[in-house]
This record gives sequence, C-alpha cells and structure tokens, in this order.
Amino acid sequence: MIGLSQYLILSALLFCIGFIGAVAKRNAIAVLMGVELMLNAVNLNLVAFDRFGSHAAPLGQAFAVFIIAVAAAEVAVGLAVILTLYRRRASTTVDDLDALKG
Amino acid sequence: MIMIPSAIALVAAPLAAFVLIAFATRKAPMLSALIAVLAAGVSLALSTVNLVGVIGGSTTAGTFPGGSSGASVGAHAAMQWLSIPAVGRFRGLQIAMGVLVDPLSATMCVIVSLVAFLVTVYSLGYMKGDRGFSRYFAYLSLFAFSMLGLVVADNYFQTFVFWELVGLCSYLLIGFWFEKPSAADASRKAFVTNRWADFGFMTGILLLYSVFGTFDFGQLSTAISGARGSVALALIAGLIFVGPLGKSAQFPFHVWLPDAMEGPTPVSALIHAATMVAAGVYLIARGFVLFASVPAVMETMAYIGGFTALFAASIALVQRDIKRILAYSTLSQLGYMFMALGVGSMSAGMFHLTTHAFFKALLFLGAGSVIHATGEQDIFKMGGLVGKMKITAVTFVIGALALSGVFPLAGFWSKDEILVASLGSGHIGLYALGLGVAFMTAFYMFRLIFTAFGGRAAGGLHAHESGPAMTIPLLILAALTIVAGLIGSPWFKNAFGFSFGSFIFFGEPEGSRLDFLTAGISTAMAAGGILLAWAVYGRRSIKAERLAMTFGPLYRLLQRKFFVDEIYGWIFSKILLAAGVVFDWIDHTIIDGFFDGTGAAMRLAGRKLRLTQSGRLQAYALIIFAAIVIVVVVISTDMLGGSLN
Repeated sequence: MIGLSQYLILSALLFCIGFIGAVAKRNAIAVLMGVELMLNAVNLNLVAFDRFGSHAAPLGQAFAVFIIAVAAAEVAVGLAVILTLYRRRASTTVDDLDALKG
Repeated sequence: MIMIPSAIALVAAPLAAFVLIAFATRKAPMLSALIAVLAAGVSLALSTVNLVGVIGGSTTAGTFPGGSSGASVGAHAAMQWLSIPAVGRFRGLQIAMGVLVDPLSATMCVIVSLVAFLVTVYSLGYMKGDRGFSRYFAYLSLFAFSMLGLVVADNYFQTFVFWELVGLCSYLLIGFWFEKPSAADASRKAFVTNRWADFGFMTGILLLYSVFGTFDFGQLSTAISGARGSVALALIAGLIFVGPLGKSAQFPFHVWLPDAMEGPTPVSALIHAATMVAAGVYLIARGFVLFASVPAVMETMAYIGGFTALFAASIALVQRDIKRILAYSTLSQLGYMFMALGVGSMSAGMFHLTTHAFFKALLFLGAGSVIHATGEQDIFKMGGLVGKMKITAVTFVIGALALSGVFPLAGFWSKDEILVASLGSGHIGLYALGLGVAFMTAFYMFRLIFTAFGGRAAGGLHAHESGPAMTIPLLILAALTIVAGLIGSPWFKNAFGFSFGSFIFFGEPEGSRLDFLTAGISTAMAAGGILLAWAVYGRRSIKAERLAMTFGPLYRLLQRKFFVDEIYGWIFSKILLAAGVVFDWIDHTIIDGFFDGTGAAMRLAGRKLRLTQSGRLQAYALIIFAAIVIVVVVISTDMLGGSLN
C-alpha cells in the first residue's frame, strides 16, 4: 500500500538530488536543472499532503500550479542569464563567476 | 496706562535705528547719523514721559513701593516667551519677556537715554570724516537698545540676554578702529574679561531657577524672603554678584576698563557714564532683595568696592594719559557705588550712579574735545588750553569739581551720602577709606587740570574750540552736573515732599538731613587735594619730580598699575597655557585615541571579514541551506528549547 510517507520519502530524495546538483555541479545549466528538481520535489510534497490531508479545499494543488508557473518563469530568466553569460565569457562554468569576491 | 507702550517704544527706537542704518542707509553717513540722533531723541522723550508718570503716580499715591516689586507705582507687563511643560521629574521651563516700569527703571531709562542722546549728538562732531561713520552710529544705537532693554527687563533671564548684548556692543565699539592692533586687543580683553564674570552670573541664574522656579523679579522678592539663610541662596547671590563685578569693572575684573580707552572717546563716555559699567550697579540695585538677604555677600561687596576705590584712585595719581586718568577715576567711583550698595544703602549707590553719569559723561566728552582739538592724549604735552578752549575748559573744571565732591555740585551730595551711609552702618574703616579716596580724587583731577589747561601753552599744539555739535552737549551736561545733585539735597525734600532716595527705594537715605560734620570733613578733604595739586602742578612750589623720587618704589608700583596686568599675563601664559598643553594632550591622545581606535578596529575587522566572501554562489547557497536546517532542527527539538511539537 502506497501511503503519505512513501510520497514524502520520494520527495525528500528528489529534493536532495536536486540540492546536490544545484550546489555541486559546475555547469550553470546543470545548476538550473538541480533547482528545477528541488521545485518539483516541493510540488510532489504539496500534492501528497493535499491528497492525504484533511483539508476539503484543494489548497496543495493550487500551490503546486502556482509553483509550476513560477518555475517556468524562473527557467526562462535563468536561461536568458546563462545565455548572456556565455556570450560575454564563452563559458558556463559557475566557478568562474566570482565577481562578488570580497 | 501709557507707560508700557512707551517703554517698549523707547527700547525699540534705537533697535529700529540700528536695523535701518545697518541695512538701508550705510552708504549715506549723514542720514545714518540723523536716524541715530532721532532714535535717541525719541527714547529720551518717552523716558521722560515715563519718569514724569511714575513721579506723578508716586506722589498722588502717597506711598512708595516696596523696592523692586513696584506694586503701587509704575507698570508691569509680561508675555510668555518660552514654555516647556513639566514632564515627570523635569519641572519644565517657563521664560517670560516683560517690561517693568518702576521708579528705579524709569530713572535709569532717563539717565541712559539722556547720556546716549548727548553722546550721539556729540559724535556728529567728533567722528566727522571717519570712514566707519555709519557703522559707528549703528553700533551706538545698538548699544543704547541693549542697555535700555536691560533696564526695563522684568526678569533675570531677559536681563542676562541684554547683559550679553551690552557686552557685545562694548566689544564692537572698543574695537571700532580694529585696524589698530591695540584697539583690537583692548576689545578682546574687554570681552574675555566679561565672559569670565558672566559665567558666574549665568551659573547664578540657572541655580536661581532650579531653586525658586522663576526668573521674575517680583515673584523672586517674595520667594527669597522665605528662603533667608539657606546655603543655596548664599551661593546664588555670590554667583550672580560676579556678573556685576565684571561689568562694573571691580577688582579683580577691573583690567579691561582702562584699556577700553582705545575706542572713540564718545564711546568711553557712554561706557563709563550710562551703558556698560552702570549695568552692574543697576543689576545689584534691581536684585537688591537677593543680595541684601545674604549679609556675607553684602560685606564682600562693600569691601571690594572700597578696595577698588582706593586701588584705582592711587593708580590714577600717576597716569599721564588724560583718558586713562578718567578711566581710573571711573573705577574708583564705581568702587564708591559698590561700597554704598554693600553697606546697604541702595539709594546712595543709585544716587551716585545718577550724578556720576552726568559728570563723567561731561569729563569724557570734554577730554574728547581736547583730544579732537590737539590730537594729543598725554597731559604733560598739553598746557594753557584754558585760553584756547574756553567752553571745554570751563565745563571740564565743573565736571572735575563735581567729581571731587565740591559743594554744591552733583558729586558732593552723592559722595556725601555714601560716606554718611558707610558711617551710619558702622563701617568706620570704609568711611576713612572713602575720605582718603576723596582726597586722592581731588588731587588727580586737579593735577590734570593744572597741567593740561593751566600753565604755559606747549609748543606745537594748535588747539581750537570744537564745533557746536560738541560744545552744546558739554554745556547741557555741565548744567545737569550743577543741578543734578540737588534732587538728593534736603532743600529738594523740603520743597517737593519727597527725596530721590525715598522715591527710588523704600527707606530714607541718611544723608538727606545734611550732616554738617561729615559734609565739612569731606569738603575739607577735597579742598586739601585741590590745594596740594595746585602746590605741585599749579604754582610748582613742590617739585613733582622730587615727590616721585621720595616715593620711588611706590611711584613705580603705581605707574605699573600694581602689576595686575603682569600677574594676569603670568597666570595666562604660565598656568593656563600649561593646563592647555595638558588638556591638549588628553584631547589628542585619550579622547581622539578612543574614537580613532574605534574607527581603526572597525576597519581592521572589515579587512579580515571580507575574506569570507568568496564570491562563489554555490557556497553561499550551501551555507544558507545549512543555516535553515539548523534553525529547523532547533525549533523542532524539545531539548533545544523548540516548541513545534
């Protein structure tokens, strides 16, 4: 029987994979993909709680739709930033982006 | 009542003149002078109206007011100027600005505006052709405004404001010819000396407010009588007393007055007769209730006055500069006034202030006329002026006779009253001292006259009588010098039913019964001084040089003015500068060190901490995530004080 905890475990795993990708990958596109994974892990979490929770209104599903919309916008902006970076520096390696170094 | 509007107008007129001259008519000197004369004239007319009104009120009422309260005679109006409500333990601050017209202030207004008016007219002649003609009259008007404002003030705070304005004006006028280094130095000296004294005054009135909760003279006079004998009251009286010491140039604050001679001579007349130095005596008279309630302060006042009288008179004996002789005589006469106030006779002190205002203005304007004509200030380089400057000479002699206290001129009555008052209050020592000073006064004044006006004409001096703008004020002042004393004489009392003393202040002055013995002794003293001066400088039967030789060390001591300036110089250059070096070190090492150190520590911390900023966004994300994890763990764990479960 698949219950709430199985969904949560899957969501946690997805989140961790996404986080490691976002933090450890050197390619900017891979970092963006990691962020997407984390967002979708959260979506899964919300939908699971909505399904197994006690609220009558489908709040979790509504939130998930919002997050999908925001994530789409985020990817659009993120890819645009990466594209500009690539044009200026001919590289998408995150380690090279240290303009904030003190 | 017409008194309040006219009192405000008589104060405002010179201020308006100052503003007009300063902002509108600077380029037109004669117009400026005209405005100043006009304003002074308006003040004089309104003051006279007020005085007549007050006299009328007091004679019809038949009773004389209780000193400064002025309940039955005169008028009082005030408005709230600053009001800070009480909050908690802070009692709040209520400051009023008001106008008080009573016998004391009405009389003083007339003296001030009269002398100011005559000096302004006189200045038309004296300052003719000066580059700063307009500026001079602007300052003169401001000076009159400050002094009149001080006179009509109804509380200590307002008095203090105008007190400082008077100090500022004296600074401006003493240093009028500021391109001359000696004048600039003298003005600074006057200002700084007065600052020292004013510090005492300011501390005194602040303490006064914190104890009694009011600055108002009328309310204070009732509040003070309930606080007799308290330490705070003694402290307040002592501190406030320091202010008049500085303004009226009493020992040890006297050093600025002789140097103030660097200003134009009419200004000296104004400062010495009506505005600056009179402010100190006036303040003591105004706050007499306060001072009289602390006997120790009164004693100190009397002895400081007596000492200054003797001290300054002895220095005047050997001075050569005509203005300096007069300056030291002012110090000496102010000493008399302080002595009179100190022994408890406010009426004698105010009476002497009144008569002194006339004859000292006369003497200074006379000296100005001489200086204007000859361009010389050293009396031993003058001589025989009586033939060339008849009006000046005659009026000057009248002034000198009055100053020496010769019957029946103004100085005789007031000086006699002071002597009688000091004798009557049991101060035999001060009485003897006063007699000695009277002798010295007569001597140095007639030394001046026999040397400068008598004798042979000195070569190279082309003296001529001054113009009418200068001689007419001299004549008016000479006339006043002759008659002003009579208001304190017994004849006046018999004729009009009241005397100056009973009008100004409750209580009958002792002198009004014309004590023949004291009057005789003091007249004999004056006559002796004049005779001795005649013997030495007129007939030259006693050689002045031999006198100087006989009293060699004393002569040198007097000529160097008891080395007071040197002592102050030493104190300032050695002690104060040494203290300054110490404070400078403290400021630069400890205080600056603290703040500079704080800044340096911040800069160092910044330099070290910026190394943590690697610029790698992924590291930042990791740290943020770790921080969130830690926060979540903490708030969800009971053992760590969490409360989610």
